[in-house]
Amino acid sequence: MKLRRLAINEEGFIFDPETGNSYTVNETGLFILEKLRQGLSPEEIARLLSQEYDISPEEARRDLEDFLEVLVRYGLWKEPK
Amino acid sequence: MKKPYQKPSIIKLRVGLLRDKKSGLLRMVRREIDGVPVKDLVRKFGSPLFVFSEKRLRDQFRYLRRLFESHYPRVEFSWSYKTNYLDAICRIFHQEGASAEVVSDFEYHKARRLGVPGENIIFNGPYKPREILKQAVLEGARINVDSMDEILDLEEIARETGQKIRIGLRINMDTGIYPRWDRFGFNLESGEVLSVARRIAAGDRLEVMGLHCHQGTFILDPEAYARAAEKLLRLARKLEEEFGWNIEYLDLGGGFPSRSRPKGLYLPPEVGIPPLSEYAERIARSLLLGTMARDYPLLVLEIGRALVDEAGFLITTVRSTKRLADGRRAHILDAGVNLLFTAFWYHFRIEIERELPGPPEPCTLYGPLCMNIDVVEENAWLPPLPRGTHLILSPVGAYNLTQWMQFITYRPRVVLIGESGQVEVIREAETLEDVVRRERLPEHLR
Ligand SMILES: Cc1ncc(COP(=O)(O)O)c(C=O)c1O
Repeated sequence: MKLRRLAINEEGFIFDPETGNSYTVNETGLFILEKLRQGLSPEEIARLLSQEYDISPEEARRDLEDFLEVLVRYGLWKEPK
Repeated sequence: MKKPYQKPSIIKLRVGLLRDKKSGLLRMVRREIDGVPVKDLVRKFGSPLFVFSEKRLRDQFRYLRRLFESHYPRVEFSWSYKTNYLDAICRIFHQEGASAEVVSDFEYHKARRLGVPGENIIFNGPYKPREILKQAVLEGARINVDSMDEILDLEEIARETGQKIRIGLRINMDTGIYPRWDRFGFNLESGEVLSVARRIAAGDRLEVMGLHCHQGTFILDPEAYARAAEKLLRLARKLEEEFGWNIEYLDLGGGFPSRSRPKGLYLPPEVGIPPLSEYAERIARSLLLGTMARDYPLLVLEIGRALVDEAGFLITTVRSTKRLADGRRAHILDAGVNLLFTAFWYHFRIEIERELPGPPEPCTLYGPLCMNIDVVEENAWLPPLPRGTHLILSPVGAYNLTQWMQFITYRPRVVLIGESGQVEVIREAETLEDVVRRERLPEHLR
């Protein structure tokens, strides 16, 4: 999976060795990326988000979906079939 | 306790620019603005002092106009009044050929007072009071409608005046950016736009002639504009086919970044912010690919920040210095968030009027208000600053002079450095009389 190949540092700087592109994510974005790399499903990540942060599970789910959409657009993640 | 939440975000960086290694320290000194010594400006006009550069205003306007016109044949720039509606600033942009983009009765009045004819006004905003809406209709302003209630108002005005009114529709949609502004206008993906269009056609008093979309501000993804342009174009074609309207303009709003540094963007603006040429290219490409050569719609841009931000400076003075309980140095300036509303979201470039000895150390810059929120910069790296040192903050040209507030103290002068170096006051400092003039003391309290 592409995500595993990304170099991610803890300040949220991301480098994609395949394309040479780099990105920055905020803390929440970093949280999500790490969980995705660990192989967690979006449902599980949304639940963890709402446990860790002050946000409802529904909102976490929505924001997560938005975020995943951007990852897809950047070619960093694909919905598992 | 749970941690405070911030919506997840990811921003693509421009790698090629990472090599900019100019020393930050060298750039920390600014002795002059457009050749006028900072010291002289303060001596003559006081501190704090907002300073605008006419040269920068005109240069930036001409640069952006050429940039867009070199990519697309029909472009109109409409000056976003809310970004900075000082007469002198608006006049400069109008002289350069910009129309006026207004969002309230006040802004509409201000544009008319400056001599802008109705047909050169674009009227946006979520609330357009009935009276000014009618005036705008009668004067031929282009009105971008925000809600169904406004459509009802306009239909009523059309009935009163016996004319068919041509309007624009503000559209909100998914262009892949966050936050997504969905509170303005009609939503595209949900089908709201089409049902509203059907309703308009059935009413037979209005006709849609334009589409508008302002996605947000300081948008760091040029591709978002390409998507917006594409979607608007597709929508325009659909409306034309289905209702027989002629969509003459596509208005992509503003939202282009300046060289400011939003909090949360960790890299310097030179690295993290795409050049405006990328935006122009993407927009033009979408439009050119999607249109027949003979019917290019007019591209309207309501660029605010990216036109004016870098032309504005604030000179402020260190009035006292202290050590905080944790040992960190803090400076109290004569300008705070009362004048620098944008300090809540942006880091300013901080320059010193002369070279100072001593190594830079982390310090905090506070304003003069007795409020804990009055922080101009939480974490600056500056050499020890003697009392009386002038600092020059920039870019501050966008939104500060419209969102500043009369709070605790007076608002200072604003000057313009003309193209031949002459300095003119374009807004006088506030006086006690300005502030109290509108107050009334009831009889029993006298
Ligand atoms: C409708 C509209 N157009 C244009 C602008 C100007 O935006 P910017 O200064 O980000 O270019 C704004 C700002 O909020 C706006 O609301």
